[in-house]
Amino acid sequence: MPKPKTLFEKVWDSHVVLHEPNSPAILYIDKHLIHEVTSPQAFSGLREKGLRVRRPDRTVATMDHSTPTIALSLDLIDEMGKKQLQQLETNCREFGVPLYDMQNPQRGIVHVMVPELGLTQPGMTIVCGDSHTSTHGAFGALAFGIGTSEVEHVLATQSLLQHKPKTMRVEFNGQLPNGVTAKDMILALIAKIGVGGGTGYVIEYTGPALRALNMDARMTICNMTIEAGARAGMIAPDDVTFEYLAGREFAPQGEAWDAAIAYWQTLPSDPGAAFDKTISLDVAAFEPMITYGTNPGMGAPIHQPIPAPQDEPDPAKRAALQKALRYMDLDHGESLDGHPVDVVFIGSCTNSRLSDLRAAAAILEDQKVADGVHLLVVPGTETIRRQAEAEGLDQIFKQAGGDWRYAGCSMCLAMNGDQLEPGQYAASTSNRNFESRQGKDGRTFLVSPLTAAATAISGQITDPRTLMK
Amino acid sequence: MQPFETLESVLIPLIHNDIDTDQIIPARYLKVTDKSGLADGLFSSWRYLPDGKPDPDFPLNRPEYQNAQILLAGDNFGCGSSREHAPWALVGWGIRAVISTSFADIFRNNALKNGLLPVTVDARAHAVLVAVSETESTPTVGIDLGSQTLRLPNGDEVTFPIDQFSKMCLIKGIDQLGYLLEHKSQIAAYEKSGQL
Repeated sequence: MPKPKTLFEKVWDSHVVLHEPNSPAILYIDKHLIHEVTSPQAFSGLREKGLRVRRPDRTVATMDHSTPTIALSLDLIDEMGKKQLQQLETNCREFGVPLYDMQNPQRGIVHVMVPELGLTQPGMTIVCGDSHTSTHGAFGALAFGIGTSEVEHVLATQSLLQHKPKTMRVEFNGQLPNGVTAKDMILALIAKIGVGGGTGYVIEYTGPALRALNMDARMTICNMTIEAGARAGMIAPDDVTFEYLAGREFAPQGEAWDAAIAYWQTLPSDPGAAFDKTISLDVAAFEPMITYGTNPGMGAPIHQPIPAPQDEPDPAKRAALQKALRYMDLDHGESLDGHPVDVVFIGSCTNSRLSDLRAAAAILEDQKVADGVHLLVVPGTETIRRQAEAEGLDQIFKQAGGDWRYAGCSMCLAMNGDQLEPGQYAASTSNRNFESRQGKDGRTFLVSPLTAAATAISGQITDPRTLMK
Repeated sequence: MQPFETLESVLIPLIHNDIDTDQIIPARYLKVTDKSGLADGLFSSWRYLPDGKPDPDFPLNRPEYQNAQILLAGDNFGCGSSREHAPWALVGWGIRAVISTSFADIFRNNALKNGLLPVTVDARAHAVLVAVSETESTPTVGIDLGSQTLRLPNGDEVTFPIDQFSKMCLIKGIDQLGYLLEHKSQIAAYEKSGQL
């Protein structure tokens, strides 16, 4: 009997080109995703060394981080941002890389657009100069973020030097209560293991509560895996995965589809496969989550009091909590339920997919955004924008008093002018509540799309279950 | 890449846990198309006062650290975004090594490709360094990459881990891309093998 293998080991083993002693493995990369911010220096490196892109057919580029959301024109952003986007156009043209530019009707956030096109498939290795590349693991791909030097390595050789990570299994048991979402599941996991809890690991998510999720929700979970320090999250492909992929533009067709399914069905971890670590969580006890601090691990159920620094025995952790609460201007001992906000942001590669927008719209239908609150809704791709408009979701957001925009990363990292003012509070469906992430001295509460929508109506942090029919 | 063999420097204390790459270099500095000039943005949200002037209390602005090359940080340094602008900014300012109890995976990979050494120490050695930083303004430590040792200000030596491949690249100051390019034929053979 061969040794039982995990999903990760199967994908890893089938992509090792060479593994010499005292060297990292050379890992072959099936898909390389490019965006404007982390690629310019890599293309410059190729030029300096006289190298070409080895496999432009395995490379795809989009514009997302700095793009305007008020109109599809690069003239609306600052000179440096515009220059960087134009550099991406030049680089893609010169090296033959397909680019989804501002005029492309399918353009969007790289980690939303690529799966939507059917480019993300089970068993693949996928990298991008972006930490949220972990998103693609929802399909049973091994997908992780890399730096710009590594972007250059992949452009030049379609390969990467990698040390084999350890494996962690996270099992979600039980049934998720109404009003509690995949976002709350991943925030609960990160609150439990901390922002460094996954460092050195690839996480495989399993369990009945995980299997019950659709692909959009599974992508939310894998997306935020990096916030626990694990570079990659993976979910074994199943019928939900196959149904999502069927008929998409770049998914295999006809006989190739049947062959692909047969291969994909071999990928799930074998019974008895060993993981370096296993964590089990019962989601039946989960509640809507919210972060109170300045990293995604500083989160708690929405009604739970903010922890007191003096209760933290580790001096470094105590100091971190004190620093975070000072930055957030929050007191311990009270919950965030009812805390006023200035901005509600629904978007980002974590929560900007059609089912996220539908969930938010179901809460906002026939409601009004509270006075003084700015609701910003930014779909993940232009395709999602059109789908949402066809369903009338844009009308629900607009009639509520919200702002409906074109696709892009927008206020998740505030590179395009969509940003918080100093001191403002945002309830955000994005992935990072780091200091000044959404604008200099802005303050972020990470929440689900349901909690974001409920909060927009009341103008204060609100448990969505109080508004659900 | 500048070769890295030994380094002796005053320790710059920036002892917070979970310093993320958004703090090391905020997103508003990422619109560059080259690697230079990022040092101005290093820790900019912490380094400058609201009026844009340097905060005299922030370590990087203090005169005693102007030529220092080793940063002492809290646990889990470099978490968050994959931006290689973080090591570019650190190296651009003059930092050649960061000491912590742990590093985020992507940051570690990026640092090693830019001649920036992540030095992982255990909690006990870290506590010694934190304590000495609180009592002395300019404690000096020494790093010897060849023997993988860190000499603490009290003269004690501790070892730190690093993979042998990265160590060789750092000591020789060579780019890891060279190794991949040397194996082009194996990569081509893999592509032909129909593994995909």
